[in-house]
Amino acid sequence: MILSKKKMLACNLDIGVGTKIKGSDMHKEIFDKYPAKDKSNLIAILQDVQEIYGYLPEETLQEVGDFIDMPLCSVYGVATFYNQFRLTPLGKNVIRVCRGTACHVKNSANILMALETELNIGAGETTRDKLFTLETVACIGACSIAPVININEEYYGRIEVKDIPKIIKKYQQEAKKEQIAEKTVESE
Amino acid sequence: MVELTINNVKVKAEEDMTILDAAKSVGISIPTLCHMKDLFPTGACRMCVVEVDGMRGLTPACAYPVTEGMKIDTNSPKVRQARKTIVELLVENHPQDCLICVRNKNCELQDLSEVYGLREHRYVGDKKDHAIDISSASMERDPAKCILCGRCTRTCNEVQKVGAIDFTNRGFQSNVTTPFNKGLNISDCILCGQCILVCPTAALREKSNSKMVFDAINDKRKFVVVQVAPAVRASLGEEYNMPLGTNVTGQMVTGLRRLGFKKVFDTNFAADLTIMEEGTELIDRVSNKGTLPMFTSCCPGWVKYIEQNRPQLLKHVSSCKSPHEMEGAILKSYYAKKMGLDPKDIFVVSIMPCTVKKFESDRPELSQEKMADVDAVLTTRELVRMFKMAGIDFNDLPEDEFDNPLGESTGAAAIFGTSGGVMEAALRTAYKVMTGEELVSMELDDIRGFSGVKEASIKVNDLDVNVAVVNGIGNVDQVLDEIEAGTSKYHFIEVMACPGGCINGGGQPIHQKPEKVRKRVSVLYDIDKNAKNRRSHENEAVQKIYDEFFEKPNSHKSHELLHTSYVDRKAILRKK
Repeated sequence: MILSKKKMLACNLDIGVGTKIKGSDMHKEIFDKYPAKDKSNLIAILQDVQEIYGYLPEETLQEVGDFIDMPLCSVYGVATFYNQFRLTPLGKNVIRVCRGTACHVKNSANILMALETELNIGAGETTRDKLFTLETVACIGACSIAPVININEEYYGRIEVKDIPKIIKKYQQEAKKEQIAEKTVESE
Repeated sequence: MVELTINNVKVKAEEDMTILDAAKSVGISIPTLCHMKDLFPTGACRMCVVEVDGMRGLTPACAYPVTEGMKIDTNSPKVRQARKTIVELLVENHPQDCLICVRNKNCELQDLSEVYGLREHRYVGDKKDHAIDISSASMERDPAKCILCGRCTRTCNEVQKVGAIDFTNRGFQSNVTTPFNKGLNISDCILCGQCILVCPTAALREKSNSKMVFDAINDKRKFVVVQVAPAVRASLGEEYNMPLGTNVTGQMVTGLRRLGFKKVFDTNFAADLTIMEEGTELIDRVSNKGTLPMFTSCCPGWVKYIEQNRPQLLKHVSSCKSPHEMEGAILKSYYAKKMGLDPKDIFVVSIMPCTVKKFESDRPELSQEKMADVDAVLTTRELVRMFKMAGIDFNDLPEDEFDNPLGESTGAAAIFGTSGGVMEAALRTAYKVMTGEELVSMELDDIRGFSGVKEASIKVNDLDVNVAVVNGIGNVDQVLDEIEAGTSKYHFIEVMACPGGCINGGGQPIHQKPEKVRKRVSVLYDIDKNAKNRRSHENEAVQKIYDEFFEKPNSHKSHELLHTSYVDRKAILRKK
């Protein structure tokens, strides 16, 4: 089953705010596509799982291992070998810090450090409130405005360390507003 | 046959030989790290590179087959330089705390560093930084010391087929670890310790209890007693440069007395007792249509495996405690009463060839009134370290004998330490009990040796009793599948998690040679052959303990003290 992008995003967000998806039916549809006990399909199956959840949940990896008859440690080994696989759900906002050459020359290391300090997480991690995921990219392709970071669809060029708290605050406030809006809808 | 030259020496080799084997056959040694005999070569570590005439670059000797007319140089400047660089890079990404390392002077990385003459630090850079995993009761994992040779992962996945650890991540972040980097205690690991035996460094090691034992010995209120498993006496001499296959029972007893143990007992006594209990349980199951086949329960690694993977089959496992736990239970009941001691003051130490026994002794099921049957378990390796620390010169020790009444044993108990031994011992006694006659041939060659699953059939009265012996936990799944499918023809199955049995247990001296295991086995079979009594029911001390205390095998009292229950660990691990 290939979910529409919108639904997929919905799944992501659901997980993002801590809702658990009962996924066994989804898994059945994935497993039906592949022969059992065939290790060669591991990567394809993991890609399908990630398409549904946006990441690879631990329980699902165990199910995948049982299905292709491979120990969990080896499935986990493959999942951590490739950069395409994520083992934690994405946060609501994904921050990508460019660590390409031009940005590096323009101090992107400090930008990254400032973000890590501000969010209290390391690169590749997600904040506890699931609002932000911090990632690094080899090159965003916007060297002319280096150093550059990208949050969701938006690009922030020629930024300085002192801009970081302001930017983060903007997204935090947005999230707060949304939460309040949701609550009022619920109470009505 | 093909002919080739290695370092200008003419060599005749079989066609399917690798360069490594061919060189070895003429006394040319090539260093290896990732290479494992009998497993498919991976060629990952590149330590074994050699120069082959006409080939571009360097060739890994462990993975390359010989061909006619090959000209090989294993010692060219290019080869030496390449190997030295590999060692240098490994050493620079290693903690280099050899002086305080448990594998000091018994480390392959240290040896290679010496062989290739490392005298300076040529590379400086980041070092990997991983926390030590001390979560399990038996083993420690120190990934910072890991050189990523992969021998542990191959042992775990290909030999034992447990699949607890594997390579994760990539490049500098590469790490051999459990799924989600969780502790070994909540992984699929059965703590068999076979990975420790193949680890070239101290990345995998047992969790040491020696301080706890020294403390107990020095505690004047404690009555500290020790018991020794059959396999320990067959391997201990190796650590003191004695010839392979030396039986050091006598010296070992003296050594333990000098270490400060009040009494030195033999786990073999409890092995005889196990046979009485387990044999009776089998006869009961066969004659009363109980659950068959019945599995032995002496091996805690096997018990942990079935608890974690096939809890639905736990009713097939004998309810008997393993021998050292039985011995502990008797020491704190029968023996304490007899000697007028408070069971709480008795501190029981087991010297075992095994790492899982540490975990086993912590099991809450194996205790009476919140008092563990066995208080501490030491591996053979830890015992050697304690001997050294206490200044006991093992080579010059006089011989001594075990204390009684829990020191007497038969030949049947001695072979408990090797694959097939428990089965053989059980059959000797069960046959006698069921038919009233002695087994004609005492030595059952069908179930000796090193094959994966060994089987035999013995006619007892009108019944053909089919038995199987599973040697190494990696071979157990086929037997379990048969049982689940309802097609198993067996009545009684012995399982030992380590290939070869306890004699090759995860707590034994580190070795890399399979021949060593065979030599150790011969010690146990010799003890059996020369024993006065070779059947467990002939053990007079065991007969006496039944007369005085337990009444008969599988009595109410023996069920209380000598039998146990099991836990569904799959439910715990999988959280379902």
